Amino acid sequence: MKSRRWFCGCHPTSLSSSIWGRLSLQSEHSDTLTVNDEQCFLLSETVWGALRGLETFSQLVWRSPEGTFYINKTEIEDFPRFPHRGLLLDTSRHYLPLASILDTLDVMAYNKFNVFHWHLVDDSSFPYESFTFPNLTKKGSYNPATHIYTAQDVKKVIEYARLRGIRVLAEFDTPGHTLSWGPGVPGLLTPCYSGSHPSGTFGPVNPALNNTYEFMSTFFLEISSVFPDFYLHLGGDEVDFTCWKSNPDIQAFMKKKGFGEDFKKLESFYIQTLLDIVSAYGKGYVVWQEVFDNKVKVQPDTVIQIWREEMPVRYTKEMELVTSAGFRALLSAPWYLNHITYGPDWKNIYMVEPLAFEGSPEQKALVIGGEACMWGEYVDSTNLVPRLWPRAGAVAERLWSNKMLTNLDFAYKRLAHFRCELLRRGVQAQPLSVGYCDVEFEQT
Amino acid sequence: MEHRGLGWPRLPRLLEVLAALAVQAVRASAIAAASPDLSLWPMPLSVQTTPRVLHLSPDNFFFGHSSTSKAGPSCSLLQEAFRRYYDYIFGFYKWHHGSADLRVGVELQQLQVSVVLEPECDTFPKISSDESYTLLVKGPVASLTANRVWGVLRGLETFSQLIYQDFYGTFTVNESNIVDSPRFPHRGILIDTSRHFLSIKSIFKTLDAMAFNKFNVLHWHIVDDPSFPYQSITFPGLSEKGSYSSSHVYTPNDVRMVIEYARLRGIRIVPEFDSPGHTQSWGEGQKDLLTPCYNGKDPSGAFGPINPIWNTTYSFLSKFFKEISTVFPDEFIHLGGDEVDFDCWASNPEIQDFMRNKGFGRNFKKLESFYMQMVLDMISAINKSSIVWQEVFDDASKLMPGTVIQVWKVEDYTREQSKVTEAGFPVILSAPWYLDWISYGQDWKKYYAVDPLSFEGSQEQKKLVIGGEACLWGEYVDATNLTPRLWPRASAVGERLWSHKDVRGLEDAYRRLTIHRCRMLRRGIAAEPVFTGYCDHEDRM
Repeated sequence: MKSRRWFCGCHPTSLSSSIWGRLSLQSEHSDTLTVNDEQCFLLSETVWGALRGLETFSQLVWRSPEGTFYINKTEIEDFPRFPHRGLLLDTSRHYLPLASILDTLDVMAYNKFNVFHWHLVDDSSFPYESFTFPNLTKKGSYNPATHIYTAQDVKKVIEYARLRGIRVLAEFDTPGHTLSWGPGVPGLLTPCYSGSHPSGTFGPVNPALNNTYEFMSTFFLEISSVFPDFYLHLGGDEVDFTCWKSNPDIQAFMKKKGFGEDFKKLESFYIQTLLDIVSAYGKGYVVWQEVFDNKVKVQPDTVIQIWREEMPVRYTKEMELVTSAGFRALLSAPWYLNHITYGPDWKNIYMVEPLAFEGSPEQKALVIGGEACMWGEYVDSTNLVPRLWPRAGAVAERLWSNKMLTNLDFAYKRLAHFRCELLRRGVQAQPLSVGYCDVEFEQT
Repeated sequence: MEHRGLGWPRLPRLLEVLAALAVQAVRASAIAAASPDLSLWPMPLSVQTTPRVLHLSPDNFFFGHSSTSKAGPSCSLLQEAFRRYYDYIFGFYKWHHGSADLRVGVELQQLQVSVVLEPECDTFPKISSDESYTLLVKGPVASLTANRVWGVLRGLETFSQLIYQDFYGTFTVNESNIVDSPRFPHRGILIDTSRHFLSIKSIFKTLDAMAFNKFNVLHWHIVDDPSFPYQSITFPGLSEKGSYSSSHVYTPNDVRMVIEYARLRGIRIVPEFDSPGHTQSWGEGQKDLLTPCYNGKDPSGAFGPINPIWNTTYSFLSKFFKEISTVFPDEFIHLGGDEVDFDCWASNPEIQDFMRNKGFGRNFKKLESFYMQMVLDMISAINKSSIVWQEVFDDASKLMPGTVIQVWKVEDYTREQSKVTEAGFPVILSAPWYLDWISYGQDWKKYYAVDPLSFEGSQEQKKLVIGGEACLWGEYVDATNLTPRLWPRASAVGERLWSHKDVRGLEDAYRRLTIHRCRMLRRGIAAEPVFTGYCDHEDRM
């Protein structure tokens, strides 16, 4: 490839009428980048493709030892393999300051991630400031003065993401993972019983009360209006049945409904009602795989997120089951980045092939992408960035690039170089292995 | 007894220190439930507190020297420490305050420091340094008494940990009586600046955090195969050719700054120049040092460990270590000696001849020992003592008494501890504390659960364990992730090495460690979370 010094003014050209359109799952991210003697040209159908092209362009520019900026004659045609390329952050187990979230969105853009899956609340804390139910944060956050996301904060995140072509997929996980909702909404959670008396502890959301559904109705009306993406993530994972079982009111409800001893039916009942509520607000939904595994009746356009590695079946088998039932699937199981181990684990992350399961081409087409997950039990702003990057980069390439790209040596070379580039851009990305970058990270 | 350098006579003195520590009885540790925030780390030997509280205000509190103290304002080590701890206690809360008349209750106006013996203010800390202290907190003047400045430093840290803010923001401390001294005299952290360069700033941060955890040795594994960042005055080519780049070096001034920064915190710098293996980077700047490997009759182009048969090797090392001995003031130098790959030596015809002449047969351990013995003798000749990795003991024919052995291989390490101490050598334990081996979950618990003396051996043998080191090897670590990876996991090791052996309760440790972690965060150390939860001030908030 010949080098040519180029003082470039690149003009991204958008042709489609959807130039100002809303960012969605269907948004086109393809682009063409041409650099030669006559022109430096980035062509894209939408602004989103232009964003991706700009990132690629920025990675093509290099400097000689004397410092001169260069770019090689290049011809690139690019488009992503999967339309949903996400990253999950958990702001309940540990509060993440707004700056950390915004910085993460920047680096996601460098990696062409396009979905920020925001697991806002969970058992540990409720930092999302709800305007319809302000007590949720007042009573459920770690500190309602400091460890919260105000409406302004949320707007900031959504807009910051949008400017980078990143959708915000908000998750309000129920009926399990809801302990922090309890203090702010008395009566929402199921009181657990010890024999015939309440034990003082609480379990999942109480599915036997009308109040519960009234609350969810009002709450999700707010959520639907605050988060512009078509999809909401409704959770539905790891519902512990022991508390429900212990509660006499629920036992009575089970009998009335004819559910017998099958609490999966009760879980289904809750989730189905919730899904209907959310559908009525014109939203689609993503749910964790338990909702599918427990045979909850869901709309056909539900997206199932597969996160469990071995149970109830190996995740590849789960992909097969979900897609053969006609549902779209998101893969996360092999990409739990919070599961750290010694050594270059990016390699295992990289070598995952999302479509390596038994299925017809139609089934495979139902896999819309995947998400790297950074659960927060052991992660906060002290270690988030080095733990995320450059490891998440391996997921990013797997979801964007051609499936034939599996050579680890080639990947290592580029990823190591990319890591030094991240450092240069001020990202506290950790090393891949022994070595150095021209400019090392210095704490400010 | 024959004087062999400084190894043997030193050992009994060391043993006396250890014996003195072991004899200390544990008094009742009654921590009153006066303040839920009270959390000391590491746990002192004896703590007695009462529910009676004292208040402090930044404009009416100071650290002072008692009139009978052997140290005074001329002791810059203490003056620096006073300023530092004043900031740790009050510094984050600079605000406009109102009328001075609004004082409630009993005030604590001064912590009076008294050094009983010759302070050792302008000296470097040693393995035998006395770090004991007593702290009597009562109004209006509290007293911190220690034999040497080193105890004062430890006591200041504890004092700063006693102070908390009540619900109204008032600086509060409970009346307390603390008597403290460490269980082990050698409590170290190993950093590796060869696999990845670590900026001076990040080393300073590490030293700060070490002081918060009462660590007192920074084992600086400064060079290795990948790079040679140490700028040698006698052999400038070593770093010129062997460092990653001209900016990835430690100048003599850098080294001086690190040594002084550490000294002011009562931390020894023990440098490690590992040989004969782990020396690829030395060969870049020093021709004819490493062994040329052979492919049959011809050199293959590759190089192996340092060549043990050439006289030039030893004249180089002699000059090199002479420089090291002047640059680094600590009595100990770590000589490495681990993981020597014999293949290259075995391929080299000159070495094969040498082996034959010496009668070593095909036993390359003998050649390794021969080399190590030469270097160990070199170190004694310049009046320093040596620390080596366990291979030097495992593979040795005979080893000079007083050589300290660092046990690092995880498999059957308690058996190794027995063997080494049975042969009469002091031990530094690292095997269960390789912090670079990260895993998911609360692994601090397993570091905390280690008992450094749980091996088969007599009382005399147990006394030979001088301490331990948490190791953070640098293959996957640099300034981007060093601090969260080290802390607070290393804190678990810190308590295990300082506190009494019966301080093992995980629940209480968890409670204190999470508070200690938030405290480190406040003091600018990006220590990662122990588990789900929060600190009042998060990093980057």
